[in-house]
Amino acid sequence: MASEVAEETPKPRGGRFCTLCNARRAALKRPKTLEQICKECFYEVFEDEIHRVIVDNNLFRRGERVAIGASGGKDSTVLAYVLSELNRRHDYGLDLFLLSVDEGITGYRDDSLETVKRNEIQYGLPLKVVSYKQLYGWTMDEIVKLIGLKNNCTFCGVFRRQALDRGATLLKVDKLVTGHNADDIAETVLLNILRGDIARLSRCTFITTGEDGPIPRCKPFKYTYEKEIRNLTSASSWWRIYSPNAYRGFAREFIKDLERLRPRAILDIIKSGEDFRISTTTKMPEQGNCERCGYISSQKWCKACVLLEGLNRGLPKMGIGRSRGIDNERNKDVKETNGTKSLESKQCGSLDF
Amino acid sequence: MQLTLEFGGGLELLCESVKIHEVTVDLEAEETKLTMKQLLSWVRTNLIKERPEMFMKGDTVRPGVLVLVNDCDWELSGQLETMLEDKDVVVFISTLHGG
Ligand SMILES: [Zn+2]
Ligand SMILES: [Zn+2]
Repeated sequence: MASEVAEETPKPRGGRFCTLCNARRAALKRPKTLEQICKECFYEVFEDEIHRVIVDNNLFRRGERVAIGASGGKDSTVLAYVLSELNRRHDYGLDLFLLSVDEGITGYRDDSLETVKRNEIQYGLPLKVVSYKQLYGWTMDEIVKLIGLKNNCTFCGVFRRQALDRGATLLKVDKLVTGHNADDIAETVLLNILRGDIARLSRCTFITTGEDGPIPRCKPFKYTYEKEIRNLTSASSWWRIYSPNAYRGFAREFIKDLERLRPRAILDIIKSGEDFRISTTTKMPEQGNCERCGYISSQKWCKACVLLEGLNRGLPKMGIGRSRGIDNERNKDVKETNGTKSLESKQCGSLDF
Repeated sequence: MQLTLEFGGGLELLCESVKIHEVTVDLEAEETKLTMKQLLSWVRTNLIKERPEMFMKGDTVRPGVLVLVNDCDWELSGQLETMLEDKDVVVFISTLHGG
């Protein structure tokens, strides 16, 4: 292998000009419109689109304290950048900050916390890191020590799903935003259809969820293709700093296959999820709140509280598998949905112990 | 032909966690240019050390892998038919990992 580095930027292959400015060479093709545009124009239309989504959906109100769920990954990094930029440019009057969760796994968060700290400086957004120790009284390392490696996925799935909400409560924010993109939502729609989880299906396409709860959550990238977020980060070489994560499952790959055949497919899937009509005779799980912590739950206690109770009582297996450890009388006839892995959470396998 | 190949988004894990490879690809005697198609099979043989199915599907990259030739999406340059030249920079990024 030779080691000489090219001194000049090589010329672009393929000679078309950007359809928007007609001055620079096109560097990418937009999946939604198939327009071939240059990077400079791409930044502009990308930011304009997010602004329009924010305005059209009334995502924010002036003066709100908004936490950006920051994992150090590409989506939340781009979200932090775009929101801070738009907040300044269009004077939303938002009090933005980054919210990161530290699971307390030795070494695991080092890289991503580094990225988030860099974001704090680059975008001038204050960073708050909440730890599992603060949220649950236990670090993942302590849990693993107690239960061994086998069952930790139950804990990490359940705890992770609630961590951002609990962190946001701790920080007394008005709203939580996450970097979930159109591919994420299309994948969730498909999986919910496959699982027949009607309750989640109707909720998963909403741009804002939990408006009746303590902290509404919204997804400004609902209509944004993952590919374009990646384009944005590759353009500025941001992606070089990301720590790799686990690969996703079959539904995700299926979506990428569809996208290749028909780029609009991702938005179409979201649309079909939105248009799903649920017969009024279908019995929906009652959406209540955990009596202990107030987190959304169809059971008396939420899954995290059941697991914590087990940990604290020295019975860590409690709540794993068929959860019958605690009196869950409410909705006995409704299939337990708390125990199934949340579709919005990252895969458990991404925690490599 | 000298090329700079970059792997990101987790793909570098398939080639011993090295993100940037400065490589020399030898052409067949009668050829002067290299297509992306030829480069992909070269990469598969020479750089990918494990789980090639994470990188390729059939004779092209797996869906969800973004390919940039000199900072330009290869969809604009003809994908597999893209002609490479000496000192080109080819980037492969997986979009399939978590955000
Ligand atoms: Zn342009
Ligand atoms: Zn609870």
